[in-house]
Amino acid sequence: MFGTTKRRLAALTLVGAALLSACSSNDGGATSPTTAAAGDTAAAADAAPGKDSTAVGFIFVGPKDDFGYNQAAYEGSQALKETFPDLEIITAENVPETDEAARVMEGMIQKGAKIIFATSYGHLDAAKQVAAAHPDVAVVQQGNTITDAVGPNIGTYFGTVYEPVYLAGIVAGKMTKTNKLGYVYAFPIPQTLANINAFQLGAHSVNPEVETITVNTSNWCDPAKQADAAKSLLNQGVDVLTQHQDCQATVVKAAEAAGQLVVGYHADASSLAPKGWLGGSEWNWGPMYADIVKTTLAGDFTGSKYNANYRAGFASGENPFVQSAFGPTVPQEVQDLVTKAKEGFQADKSVFTGPITGQDGTVVVPAGTTLDAAAVDGMNYFVEGVVGNIPKS
Amino acid sequence: MSLLITEVCAGAIAGGTCILYAAVGESFSESAGVVNLGVEGSMLVGALAGYAVTAEAGNPWAGVIGAAVCGAVLAAVHAWFVLSRRSNQLATGLVVMFLGLGLTSLFGAAYVARTVESFSAWDVPGLSSIPFVGPVLFRHDPLTYLSYALVPAAWWVLYRSRWGLLIRGAGERRHVLETYGHPALGVQYGSVILGGALAGIGGAQLSTAYANAWFENTSQGRGFIGAAVVIFAARQPFKVAAGAYLFGAALALSPALQARNVSIPILDNQFALASIPYVAILVVLVVLGRKRAAEAPEGLKAVFG
Repeated sequence: MFGTTKRRLAALTLVGAALLSACSSNDGGATSPTTAAAGDTAAAADAAPGKDSTAVGFIFVGPKDDFGYNQAAYEGSQALKETFPDLEIITAENVPETDEAARVMEGMIQKGAKIIFATSYGHLDAAKQVAAAHPDVAVVQQGNTITDAVGPNIGTYFGTVYEPVYLAGIVAGKMTKTNKLGYVYAFPIPQTLANINAFQLGAHSVNPEVETITVNTSNWCDPAKQADAAKSLLNQGVDVLTQHQDCQATVVKAAEAAGQLVVGYHADASSLAPKGWLGGSEWNWGPMYADIVKTTLAGDFTGSKYNANYRAGFASGENPFVQSAFGPTVPQEVQDLVTKAKEGFQADKSVFTGPITGQDGTVVVPAGTTLDAAAVDGMNYFVEGVVGNIPKS
Repeated sequence: MSLLITEVCAGAIAGGTCILYAAVGESFSESAGVVNLGVEGSMLVGALAGYAVTAEAGNPWAGVIGAAVCGAVLAAVHAWFVLSRRSNQLATGLVVMFLGLGLTSLFGAAYVARTVESFSAWDVPGLSSIPFVGPVLFRHDPLTYLSYALVPAAWWVLYRSRWGLLIRGAGERRHVLETYGHPALGVQYGSVILGGALAGIGGAQLSTAYANAWFENTSQGRGFIGAAVVIFAARQPFKVAAGAYLFGAALALSPALQARNVSIPILDNQFALASIPYVAILVVLVVLGRKRAAEAPEGLKAVFG
């Protein structure tokens, strides 16, 4: 249609511009992992990873003020400044889940960081790469799971956030009049599937008629797509909306505008829905980050609980999440139900204790069995009562 | 089934309107011989300005004005580079787009957590209760109704008025215009800036009427889609509107099917479903593109070679 040369030029420009934008948001000056690794390995092979580090590095996949996942992680990183006033906290936002992440982490290591937090699910490969190249650096990754052997200077950590999601499900199940709950999610990763299932299980525990209708947006934050998703769900008679997106304002406001109810995730959005807000789940990373840093500075990282796939919930009291405050319409009796269920979790009960039936009617968790963290992290099904297909990718 | 069709058609209008504004604006720009890929940037600054001014002033109409001004200013930057400094239009447009993205990320952070008194849907009395037509066309926000008037107005200006003759003349034969004593450069500047203003309003529609939120890169490529729509619609406002609504319909299809638990085997892949809008645009581009390129203004042929 157009001349080839100019078209190629245009394509080149596009690619160049995209590359430029990708680089600009991050700390530059890093060399490639392999070259940087050679010198350090020999020198620091014996030292405990991260011991006596003067700086801590954090990478985030999104902006620090997304009113959601990344903001919660960023606030956790800033809370470290109070606990450890002498530590330098280095942060990088908008770090993509590619080799670029490894490059950014290398840059932080060159600035003296021997403790690195890679806070997005897809940062794991880069985290592994950096940990392997720097035995003297402790790398911890938030939310993903290391399925092969865990090296001495790496680990993952997360919260069993499906517990407060289950509690929010109880509220939703009690408050719905149509018995239809709507869940807007981005991608069917195990974390999200566990949350959706927990939400439905919580609702079902108090309301056997309830179902949870799911719609995915294929994007962690595209507000207009969320508006479409909310509209479609409301059209189906859904009267409680919730979501697993990085930004939540659109869905919350859509529910409020339609006069329906909403459950939050990641952060307190009650101000966006003064009438319809029911409650939700929020992150509170500060204490866990501080404990990881403390353990590592002392030289005790290797062999600690963080040198594995560490998961904390209500049971240990080290939960990196809290329940959002209840909305004004939630009656005391419903709040009491939630408190009772929460006490169960504190006493070591689990959301995923059998018998649990899958969406297709088969038993996914047999009676008397409780899923362990690894099983939850590998979840690839919906439970009975969840409406929608898990998309293949 | 009929409810599904109603929902998708209503979604086509709701999701297509912000693209429509940007695309109608780009029609002016391209008719005058300037391709502005910075329309995406204008849409973004418009989305932020609309949201921010609404937050500060408490009135979404003030936000619309702010959005139009900011979108126009960004387009003026593009116009200055390509018209007065003779830089490459495509490259400059992308730079301007990234300028808009960067500026809005920087200044938008403070508004992510703000709530605003945004536009709300207003059902047109009487008309909104007509079966099918009512829910599809007459249960939207005021900016959507305004866009219904914009399309015929743009068509009249471009193809039936003396101004349109000047704009198209500037795109086809700049020198002829100059020979006859018309300020061709001024006409081109005006068209590009008008295009930016309209894209800005489209952004405001997105942030204050449709998604009711500001977030970094909130337009997610919808301005680019607008620019693509203009190419296949050959700058004809009615066809541009059709293209924008087609994209809106494709966007609305995925959640409408999912909420009804309808599974279409070939679309079982999440990404296949999510790519429908882009595939639709691509197919139309390929089918219509060859013919359209030949009809492009002389000034544009120089850009694309």
